[in-house]
Amino acid sequence: MSFQPVKFYQTGTFTVGNRLLPPEERSVQSDSKRFNSINSGHRACQGCGEALGARYAIDAAMEAADGRIIAANATGCLEVFSTPYPETSWQIPWIHSLFGNTAAVATGIAAALKVKGKTGTRVVAQGGDGGTTDIGFGCLSGMFERNDDVLYICYDNGGYMNTGVQRSSATPAAARTSTTPAVGAEPGNVFGQGKFLPAIAMAHDIPYVATATVADLRDLEAKVTRAMEIRGARYIHILVPCPLGWGTASHDTIRMARLAKETGIFPVFEAEHGEIKSVLAIRRPLPVEDYLRPQKRYAHLFGKQPRIDVIAHLQAQADRNIRKYGLQARKGGH
Amino acid sequence: MLKQMEGSRAVAEAVALCRPEVICAYPISPQTHIVEALGEMVKEGALASCEFINVESEFAAMSVAIGASAAGARSYTATASQGLLYMAEAVFNAAGLGLPIVMTVANRAIGAPINIWNDHSDALSQRDSGWLQLFAETNQEALDLHIQAFRLAEELSLPIMVCMDGFILTHAFERVDMPTQEQVDAYLPAYSPRQVLDPDEPVSIGAMVGPEAFMEVRYLAHAKQMEALKLIPAYAAEFKAVFGRDSGGLMHTYRSEDAETIIVAMGSVLGTIKDTVDEMRDSGHRIGVLGITCFRPFPVAAVADALRQAKRFVVLEKSMAIGLGGILAVNVRMAVTGMGLKGYTVVAGLGGRAITMKSLHALFRQGEKDELEPVTFLDLDWKAVNKQLEREKAHRRSGPVAEALLRDVGIVGARNY
Amino acid sequence: MFQVRIHGRGGQGVVTAAEMLSVAAFDEGRHAQAFPSFGSERTGAPVVAFCRIADREIRLREPIMEPDAIIIQDPTLLHQVDVFAGLKQDGYILINTSKTFDQLGLGDMVRDWNPARLCTVPAMELALKHVGRPVPNVPLLGGFAAVAGVLQLESVIKAIEERFSGKVAAGNVAAAREAHAIVKAEMEQAVKGDVTHA
Repeated sequence: MSFQPVKFYQTGTFTVGNRLLPPEERSVQSDSKRFNSINSGHRACQGCGEALGARYAIDAAMEAADGRIIAANATGCLEVFSTPYPETSWQIPWIHSLFGNTAAVATGIAAALKVKGKTGTRVVAQGGDGGTTDIGFGCLSGMFERNDDVLYICYDNGGYMNTGVQRSSATPAAARTSTTPAVGAEPGNVFGQGKFLPAIAMAHDIPYVATATVADLRDLEAKVTRAMEIRGARYIHILVPCPLGWGTASHDTIRMARLAKETGIFPVFEAEHGEIKSVLAIRRPLPVEDYLRPQKRYAHLFGKQPRIDVIAHLQAQADRNIRKYGLQARKGGH
Repeated sequence: MLKQMEGSRAVAEAVALCRPEVICAYPISPQTHIVEALGEMVKEGALASCEFINVESEFAAMSVAIGASAAGARSYTATASQGLLYMAEAVFNAAGLGLPIVMTVANRAIGAPINIWNDHSDALSQRDSGWLQLFAETNQEALDLHIQAFRLAEELSLPIMVCMDGFILTHAFERVDMPTQEQVDAYLPAYSPRQVLDPDEPVSIGAMVGPEAFMEVRYLAHAKQMEALKLIPAYAAEFKAVFGRDSGGLMHTYRSEDAETIIVAMGSVLGTIKDTVDEMRDSGHRIGVLGITCFRPFPVAAVADALRQAKRFVVLEKSMAIGLGGILAVNVRMAVTGMGLKGYTVVAGLGGRAITMKSLHALFRQGEKDELEPVTFLDLDWKAVNKQLEREKAHRRSGPVAEALLRDVGIVGARNY
Repeated sequence: MFQVRIHGRGGQGVVTAAEMLSVAAFDEGRHAQAFPSFGSERTGAPVVAFCRIADREIRLREPIMEPDAIIIQDPTLLHQVDVFAGLKQDGYILINTSKTFDQLGLGDMVRDWNPARLCTVPAMELALKHVGRPVPNVPLLGGFAAVAGVLQLESVIKAIEERFSGKVAAGNVAAAREAHAIVKAEMEQAVKGDVTHA
């Protein structure tokens, strides 16, 4: 791992800035001279995981590129809340074109920079899970396949939250959305559907793929920093809880992200050229129920007749993730 | 320099002379030869300082062009037919963002039924996208229009489609006068964008705009197109000064000064129309031609002036507003509102149906005598149509229309000569 | 205006032949327009290409329906496609074959035709002999230069050399020259009345 992991007992807190660390080990965000690429005053909901993730990711990219980043942004929450006309939160050159073409727009920007010899300026594309795994997937796959010099960041909150919480191909099984309502014999999203885009990105053999959550923000920053050291197509998939869509308390965003990781529901790893290079290990795996129970989108699993079968199915998915990605920390390890 | 070459090659060489910086390509007939030639020029180094990107769809092609243009690069792509429709969302977006992309549309019909041959349905489906649309009559004009288009697009900060008839022009070998790099450089200044993604001067492009300003943004796009009505003739005049030939402009008239009947059309069919008109003139008919080069913006005042002295006009178009009649015709009628002219719409040449002098002679004579229906379908096979209508009356499950007609008339492409 | 229609099959260089004809005419300072029939250009499928040659700008864009000359690159098309559709009376016919018009079953059709306008040349054999590939288009162009007097052989050869290079160019030039000589001899004999094709 390319950064000094911070043990919670060192700080005694989950506070993101880690100001107790020596300055050189501090996060980008804890620096008072951080870029503030996405400025305060935007219109994201309270506790928005995407706003947090974008703030950390783009500032880390800015730090790595000496402040020379151009961003392309898919239609979606991030675009809408950051640029209500005539205001913009973006302190960097930023373009929003369409919902499904962000990776291609970024390819065009990268091509323009290359032809003009401005290779010191780097390109970041970003979108939600709908804009990435569904409507933008064709352009994204094309960008990967051509190995264009773009870092694509997907902020995955598991659904189309901007349009009122509809299912996407990143919506987890059993979750309730407006288009997978909690009714009928098999309430919520269907098992056996959906896709895990990081694995698909790896199948393109691109130089760098990583997952992260907003619970481990130093890990997120480190991955963005690592991605910026590499040329070619890079992909970072960040789990960003959505209080509105998940039905969680605004103050629980980071806790939910941490539970997703600690239960094995969301594997956190990095891969180079299709090979996994490191994982964020789970010290003491938690039962998925700990993750599901606080979320209203799973409330139908915990009613008068708890759906033990469905919870077991989700636990099996998490266990498989732990096995598949080797997430369980070795005994005697940290 | 005079050369005998394929239209696609001529356009590719002209585009290369315009020093494009980013070209994105996705194959679709009949534009493919253009981007193939450009791709080769980039790869062999003849076209330096240019990125050629093989994208995965037309939607991506336009999107890459959007990104490249917004980052300050002179951007070009080409498409046709289904490809244009597949990129339609990005086509509107490029115009809305005010990005001066130049795109060749090698005009081709739109399916279903799938058809690779020429008509103008593709470009005209995007007439309200905010792009300027220029239609070439010959390969020389196609070549010249591309050079003018880059200058015009960049001056206005608006994208331009240069439309040329698929196969009829793109695949035709004919004589063209290829300009020199020095001539093009003298005519086309370097791209100086109004907006650019630049870390030294960050801007947000493509923000959400609500009801409070959306109409103003749209009106400004309209105002710019109105401004283009003045710039286009001016740039065509400058073009003549540098290159020594008339090319482009809003429209061309031909033998129309004392004409009672004026045929209005766009694209390569104007050649066949002119040959027909010459023969009719020789036998005393007072007939002339108005060729529309610039369809968007539509030159309302200029068209009105050109038709003012006539008694009637016949719009012959390779497009169709299904459920109404013509598309070009509606635009022409708008221009002559209140002038008391008789007007006829002729839908012709759809899906590559040959438009022959023989048919035009008969058609124009009918037109002169005011014997045309308001909407005429030139050389329509009424027998095949009526047979199908009968079939549908007789059987509920009459089957797919296209297959039934093909059984009646023979194999695909059987009547190309 | 002189109008030529070329019939062949995908892979036989039909479109290339029309284009080269136009280049040869251009090299003679004339206007020329070559275009394919567009569409089914898959290997083996019947293909048509057109070439107009004139002394002024060619504006006409209709297909050639009444050709002055027809070049048939593949005789197996004779009874599959109406290759002679619209051919002007006493128009030129040039067929890639080593058979006679009679042997091809065309005797009745051309009985009253001017025999000096009916030519055959074994273009496939010439192509195999000189180029090593069964592509009859270039030898036929050499033959065509002898047929109608529309183009000079040297212009056709120049067009060949513009299109191809090295061995392929040399082989095609040789094939075109031999085809030209064969057709020229045929026509001279026909004018003398020694041979009738019918």
